[in-house]
Amino acid sequence: MTTITMPPEGFLMPDFGDRHRAAGSTSRAPSLDAAPGEASAPAGDAAYRGPRKMAFICSKGNLDMAYPALIMGNAALGEGVEVHIFFTFWGMDMINTRTNDRLKFTLAGNTAMHMPDLGRVRPGLEHLSMPQAMGNLPGMTQFATRMMKKQLEELEIPTVPDFLDLLAASGAHLYACRLSYDMMKVIEADLHPAVEGVISASDFIEIADGAQVIFV
Amino acid sequence: MPTNTLNGRTFQVDAEGFLTRRDEWSEDLAALLGLDLDEAHLAPLRFMRQDSAVTGVTPTLRRMQTVGGFGVKDLFTLYPGKPAKKMAWLAGLPKPVGCV
Repeated sequence: MTTITMPPEGFLMPDFGDRHRAAGSTSRAPSLDAAPGEASAPAGDAAYRGPRKMAFICSKGNLDMAYPALIMGNAALGEGVEVHIFFTFWGMDMINTRTNDRLKFTLAGNTAMHMPDLGRVRPGLEHLSMPQAMGNLPGMTQFATRMMKKQLEELEIPTVPDFLDLLAASGAHLYACRLSYDMMKVIEADLHPAVEGVISASDFIEIADGAQVIFV
Repeated sequence: MPTNTLNGRTFQVDAEGFLTRRDEWSEDLAALLGLDLDEAHLAPLRFMRQDSAVTGVTPTLRRMQTVGGFGVKDLFTLYPGKPAKKMAWLAGLPKPVGCV
């Protein structure tokens, strides 16, 4: 194993997280001069001393709501953060191979729905939200979904199944919620192969020990 | 503009320590990460330099997978922790800014 050569005095080096990793084995008292990226526990909380962890709970099955956790989880992995993602309720659709490439985006109930392209018709139209009734027109959900998928593709954002593979390759841990799995009568063969297991809520709470938990 | 000096060589760097002149990149920096650069380590660095020369931005891990053909898992093994940042730093490129 190669050893890390210490940078010379005054050498400016980006935070690669290795400083903390190297110090991870020794238990240290909480201090104010913690390295950036280090889990910071409130004073008096002596439970968790380890690398930074993030746990995401995905509870939505709409196309637009599938991406926040995938993108943030991916960013966290790139920063050397340990990532766990728990899929529950409608979030099960994100890991069910029968549905996860067919998630939809709807205008209904989304008052922030405006179309950047309309600005080319008349300046100002791009900031105007669409009438809610339009969301109920037949075919509108399919149309909106197609538009969003096109925009995601232009930004080179992977599809949901591809994103799950990317996260797994980057070391993320993915779990299905036991209760949702039973309730929605999902079968194991339909789960995306990157899903590690079907676990209970209390299993997840244990896994999330010391993690920053983000609910989507 | 700050500078870094290593083994008698001076590098122009930004406030975080990323090289600002891509032609100043040096394999010597790898020792500070505890890495021995072999062919497997160097191939992605070469791709990043070629790709950013065309696009003007440091490629993300996803782009290294889809365009460069590198396995994301392999990159995490070669450069543990923060692979994209480590590789950009070694390749003499700015910090990657892409989200995916």
